[in-house]
Amino acid sequence: MKYILKHILLTFILFILLADQGWAKRALVKIDGSSTVFPITEAVAEDFQAQNRKTRVTIGVSGTGGGFKKFCKGEIDIANASRPIKPSEVKQCAGNKVEYIELPVSYDGIAVVVNPRNNWVKALTVKELKKLWEPEAKHKITHWNQVRSSWPKKEIHLYGPGIDSGTFDYFTEAIVGESGASRGDFTASEDDNVLVQGISTDLNALGFFGVAYYEYNKDRLKLVPIDDEKKENGNGPILPGYDNILKGIYQPLARPIFIYVRKKSANRVEIQKFIAFYMTQGGELSKEVGYIALPDRAYDLAHKRFQKRMTGSIFGGKGAQVGVKVEELLEKKGK
Amino acid sequence: MIDKKRRSRLYEKLFSVMGLIITLLAVAVLLTLIVDVLMDGASRLNWQFLTSYPSRRPGKAGILSAWVGTVWVMVLTGMMAFPIGVAAATYLEEYARKNWLTDLIEINIANLAGVPSIIYGLLGLVIFVRWMDLEQSVLAGAMTLSMLVLPIIILSARESLRTIPFTVREASYALGASKWQTIRNQVLPAAMPGILTGTILAMSRAIGETAPLIVVGALTYVAFLPTPPISLEPPYFSLEGLSDPFSVLPIQIFNWVSRPQKGFSVNAAAAILVLLFITFAMNGIAVYLRYRYQKKLRW
Repeated sequence: MKYILKHILLTFILFILLADQGWAKRALVKIDGSSTVFPITEAVAEDFQAQNRKTRVTIGVSGTGGGFKKFCKGEIDIANASRPIKPSEVKQCAGNKVEYIELPVSYDGIAVVVNPRNNWVKALTVKELKKLWEPEAKHKITHWNQVRSSWPKKEIHLYGPGIDSGTFDYFTEAIVGESGASRGDFTASEDDNVLVQGISTDLNALGFFGVAYYEYNKDRLKLVPIDDEKKENGNGPILPGYDNILKGIYQPLARPIFIYVRKKSANRVEIQKFIAFYMTQGGELSKEVGYIALPDRAYDLAHKRFQKRMTGSIFGGKGAQVGVKVEELLEKKGK
Repeated sequence: MIDKKRRSRLYEKLFSVMGLIITLLAVAVLLTLIVDVLMDGASRLNWQFLTSYPSRRPGKAGILSAWVGTVWVMVLTGMMAFPIGVAAATYLEEYARKNWLTDLIEINIANLAGVPSIIYGLLGLVIFVRWMDLEQSVLAGAMTLSMLVLPIIILSARESLRTIPFTVREASYALGASKWQTIRNQVLPAAMPGILTGTILAMSRAIGETAPLIVVGALTYVAFLPTPPISLEPPYFSLEGLSDPFSVLPIQIFNWVSRPQKGFSVNAAAAILVLLFITFAMNGIAVYLRYRYQKKLRW
């Protein structure tokens, strides 16, 4: 008892003394942010560290918004983001004199799915989705035949990601026309696997989430092609397949996702190496983890953007925008 | 009259049967959960899983950084929270005079035990991470968890100090012992079994916490271990491990559960088994210590 107490006390005093001292800095690449971008960045970090054993890469998941908060305080080097930076975040960063370089890393498609035993839904138009999801639909649009009169008079059960997710932000922006505007009476979950489970056991279900979750649960879900009724984005309903997203015709439910690099950190060799690795291997790796890689040219353009240290957002700092082709934007703004 | 007696006996019996059923039900639920996790995860549990870092390939991924992080954080939390908690309880129970100030402290401690853990996370973020500039380190995480468990440790320690009969203290004084000697040699050892039980309960709560640690900056992907405190090379002793970034098992589990690939949910189940094992091991140590203290007790 005596000795245990003495030892515990001594160690404790040591900690107190230590807490006051400055901490040694290491060759670290600190990343935080979106859970959607996490799998790609994790894959890149894994392979990068296998080659560069002396550099340590850490990745946190505190959401796109949470990531930007830390990023704009200068606490991390790179922010994972599933949408472009928002005006409020631009202001925050500017206030702390944090400049950033925006680099697109992949496309993510949002899949609209129903139960596999649902035999009436063959396609949906954006208008129908809007009618179904807009705030005014609450407690009003409750049956399938209200969406399209030829469909049965059965109840419709909606499933979607929680309101904190970038996917929800983007879906509402693309479909309803305003980020975050949606009916409230749907089953929400931050865990997309819960949505998959719900839709696969509910005949009257309709829901949406990232394409990757459909890819790994194909036997339990039915994918619905989306028609935006715009000729320039392809005729008729379109599925969120690899080619369609890359061609830019799965609109408006395909979006680019990003990393943001702090300009000050970009002076460090380990960051430069990491970004070079990301821009050369990121495409292959994003395919491997279930995302749609950008065309090679987009990665080249983005890497040049980084090498020239071109700061700011190619979206003008206005947040999520619908229906963009990354390589065209990069080209236009790259000059 | 007799009828009334009989009826109350019947009620008593009914009540005890009901109690038994409810207890069995709780155990059954727990067992079902454990068996379910075992069935999902037991096959994945192997040496490779315990000694690998996270990976994009479920079959290659492991929990090395997560379980080492969990153990490291828990050890630090225990080392900080236990002495402070016991000291605070001893002061409040043995020394403090009863007045409005101690009343206020007591009410506060009782309330703090019920505060949601995320609040402690925010407090830790502001005080330890930003203000004390510890950054997203193991130490900041452990200090945050210490705050989380302190109220529970203090409350249970006070409770068990209170169970020591006053006659023990009087006997000690009668033999010429000072107040401090009495507390050190008689009261604290006698109360130790109860204090340890409370501490282990508090630590078991802390080991499953995710929210406050995410707020403080615990990471999801870490592919290195904290610097060990003792090494075979000079300078032999290092405290750098305190300032290293870290991850913990609950965060790794949460991340894997929400991934689309089936392989990751199997990994999550296996990681849950490891977390359970660490919790049980901690409990085991406490049971052993309790047993030793109880054996030593002779009045």
